[in-house]
Amino acid sequence: MTISEDSSARPRGTGTGAAWDDAPCAVVAVDPSGVVVGANTVATGLLPQAVPGARLEEAVPHWLADAHRRLTASPSPLSGPGEPPGGEAGGRILRAHPARGGNGVVVWWLLDDTELRLAEDALRGERERTAFLAEVSETLSGTLNVERCMEATVRLAVRHLADAAVLIAPAAGRRLPVTYSAPDGPVHGTVEADPETVPGLSEALQGFPPAPSRWIDPALLPDWVVPPRFDGPAGSVVVTPLPGHGVPAGALVLLRRTGHTAFSRSEEIFARLFAARAGAALSAARLYAEQAAITETLMRELFPPKLRRVHGVEFAGGYRASELKEWVGGDFYDLHPAAGPDEESLIVLGDVCGKGLEAAVLTGKIRNTLHALLPMADDHPRMLGLLNGALVSSHHTRFATLVLASAARVENHIRLRLTSAGHPPPLIVRADGKVEEADTRGSLIGVLPRIRARTATVELAPGETCLLYTDGITEARGGPLGGEMFGERRLKDALGECAAMPAEAVVERVQMLAGQWVAGRSHDDMAVVAITAPRTVHLSAVDGHTRGRYTA
Amino acid sequence: MTIHTDHASTAADSAADPCAARERLWDAVREGDEYAASEAVFAALDAGTEPEAVLLDVIAPVQRKVGTEWAADRITVAQEHAATAINDRIIAALAHRVRGAARPGAGAGRVTVACVDGEWHALPARLLAEVLSLRGWQVDFLGAQVPVPHLIAHLHRTGPCAVALSSSIPTRLPTAHAAITACQAAGTPVLAGGAAFGPDGRYARLLGADAWAPDARAAADRLGGEAPLLPGPRSAHHPVDDLPHLADQEYTMISRTAPRLVGETMAGLEERFPAMREYTERQRQHTAEDIAHIVDFLSTALYVDDEELFTGFITWTAQILTARKVPAHSLRPALDLLAGRLKDFPRATRLLEQAHRALGACTAPAPAPTSDTTGHGKPE
Repeated sequence: MTISEDSSARPRGTGTGAAWDDAPCAVVAVDPSGVVVGANTVATGLLPQAVPGARLEEAVPHWLADAHRRLTASPSPLSGPGEPPGGEAGGRILRAHPARGGNGVVVWWLLDDTELRLAEDALRGERERTAFLAEVSETLSGTLNVERCMEATVRLAVRHLADAAVLIAPAAGRRLPVTYSAPDGPVHGTVEADPETVPGLSEALQGFPPAPSRWIDPALLPDWVVPPRFDGPAGSVVVTPLPGHGVPAGALVLLRRTGHTAFSRSEEIFARLFAARAGAALSAARLYAEQAAITETLMRELFPPKLRRVHGVEFAGGYRASELKEWVGGDFYDLHPAAGPDEESLIVLGDVCGKGLEAAVLTGKIRNTLHALLPMADDHPRMLGLLNGALVSSHHTRFATLVLASAARVENHIRLRLTSAGHPPPLIVRADGKVEEADTRGSLIGVLPRIRARTATVELAPGETCLLYTDGITEARGGPLGGEMFGERRLKDALGECAAMPAEAVVERVQMLAGQWVAGRSHDDMAVVAITAPRTVHLSAVDGHTRGRYTA
Repeated sequence: MTIHTDHASTAADSAADPCAARERLWDAVREGDEYAASEAVFAALDAGTEPEAVLLDVIAPVQRKVGTEWAADRITVAQEHAATAINDRIIAALAHRVRGAARPGAGAGRVTVACVDGEWHALPARLLAEVLSLRGWQVDFLGAQVPVPHLIAHLHRTGPCAVALSSSIPTRLPTAHAAITACQAAGTPVLAGGAAFGPDGRYARLLGADAWAPDARAAADRLGGEAPLLPGPRSAHHPVDDLPHLADQEYTMISRTAPRLVGETMAGLEERFPAMREYTERQRQHTAEDIAHIVDFLSTALYVDDEELFTGFITWTAQILTARKVPAHSLRPALDLLAGRLKDFPRATRLLEQAHRALGACTAPAPAPTSDTTGHGKPE
């Protein structure tokens, strides 16, 4: 702002008749002794004491008096760089710009900044809220775990909305799951309490009809709603329902201490926005948890079992589904442990055509059928024939290949009966590192009404292994040059180094080599089972129960 | 591992001494003698050694020694796998025996322990899982090579307070980064551990892990420590924000065209060394795998923008080759050929130059890049 030196800025000493008398902002002229020598109409409206003759420090707020003192103390520049002084007067926010008149008189132009400041404050507030809501969305959309979601809601609420927060979820049985805010982070608990004891809570927990936020008298708050170590007392309490979509998501209780300002209207609206996001996230998490539980129950039977040593025969298995997101696929294996040391354990490994869940469902059916046919396990071709009959007559159009292996320990050897049904024959790793194919052939299962299969009998000496595998291993594409098949030769080479290894180590080795071969590329399901004659003469040296015993 | 030869001490004394127990266990696993191995470990337990000390001061050092002995070509791949399998079984048996001895309720809650996808060394993670169980945590051990979608589904289902993520192979770092970011996006903080993250944990920090621990004991201390591990506020976080240098696309281009790069380098080597054409299929395969490894480490070094990762690998490979009586200077022509192919990639070019220099004084021209059939420069 420039002021022309000659007439307009020059005070007349009376406060009237000056050119700035009608200026749209307040103007006050002060002489070198600190006495007001002029003030225009707007100025007198805002600062009634600032009349000519009054001492400035008695007539104006101290921020302006201070600014004047600083200005007169420094000789040269009128206003330094930086912000001009500002402050409140007469209910308005003013910014003071000084100009020098003649005879050492300073003329203060007081511009009204109120609207701008209010707009700036509102903008800052909105920005903070937007940032907060963005943080809320990001945090809450990250997790699909109900407890984590409840924790995050409470943590965010105390950071931005209230001194303490309590999230009450719909009852699980007779108890209410509750998450409280606490100084070291949220804590969970369940309480046996009647939601009716908190006004507005039972409506909020029902989820329908939509209930509004309710202010409640802090005195009516039952103890179980007050967070542990809350350094209250609560001055204001609001109960906000969390809208769940189709399912009730719970209610959020926000508490502010006495002394902290109560919730303003806009804060209350904002709390509702927050509650809407939290509610949506919580109901999504609840839905996911339900679905995950259902899936887990249905899939439990489809997971490959954990293999172990049975009566002196080592079994180990490894499985990797084709799709990263899948847990099960068309490859499978199953173990039916022998009842006693003189009986055979039956292990089956197979491959249903196709991938993913649909194929996995058929593997479950095959596993169940074989389980029922267990009494016939001494005759593999017969067992396979009955399985084939069951599959051909079913509505499944898929077919399967598989290998049956019956294994029993005979002194320190293992006697194996192996039967392939359209499956790659098992590989035998001899103690000297030689790798042989088991001499068994048979037709695949589930296509023709009758099948043929030939069983091979194989003896494993200590340290020798029989490997059952699916073509996901040998047909894996990749390698250092990309696109090459892993192939049987590489598998056999790898097995040549596996003589005298424990079963788990053989499985791990094969899985590792195949995994490195595909190196993150897409691949088919891969399943491997190793049946190994323990190298040492000790039987069940480590099975967790005994310290080991000698058998030979 | 220190050698302890005090044969005069009584059996109980030597069993209680971790050095003696280590020595017995090492002898047993090298022989593949599971019975003797379990005897060694259970004798230490019976003599009053704390289960945690048995895990970390007896089994863990022996397992480390398995790795160094393999690198020095003093044990075979088969022995390495067998020793690991035996250690694993012994840990299972030990866990079974001391179950119930765990301090009930002492732990802070539930924690997930997993290996990065493509990581086969499950034992360090397994040891941590058992130590945490002993300290009263509810532990979900997901095992070796856990695909990121499985890990995240597990986090959603169980809501642990933290994930302990293990990786020993540096080339898994990009995958580890994806896992760390995904866990954090699911609201779960990550403690990273294992050799892959660097001896000082620098790659753990670089990839944004919430904490790092040099070993299982430190990891368990950190998880159970005063300050709880909380997910940091990482608003609008994208994996690439951690690593602005990825903007030059060098990592993407080189990792995507790796098989072709390997093929071209093979062809180049054959041109330089006609003797290579006489290689057996198996020798060619090993040479290709060695080159693939170099490319893998090169692209990982580009991902983390750290020259030491690449020069470290090249000098380590030189040592491995020397241990296997393969001349280490066989590496140079491969580096030269790669440098020729990657002229347009300034960061890759710099890394290759530095590796070349790091190979140091072995300047004698290579007769032919041989790759023997018993083993090759491949960290397994």
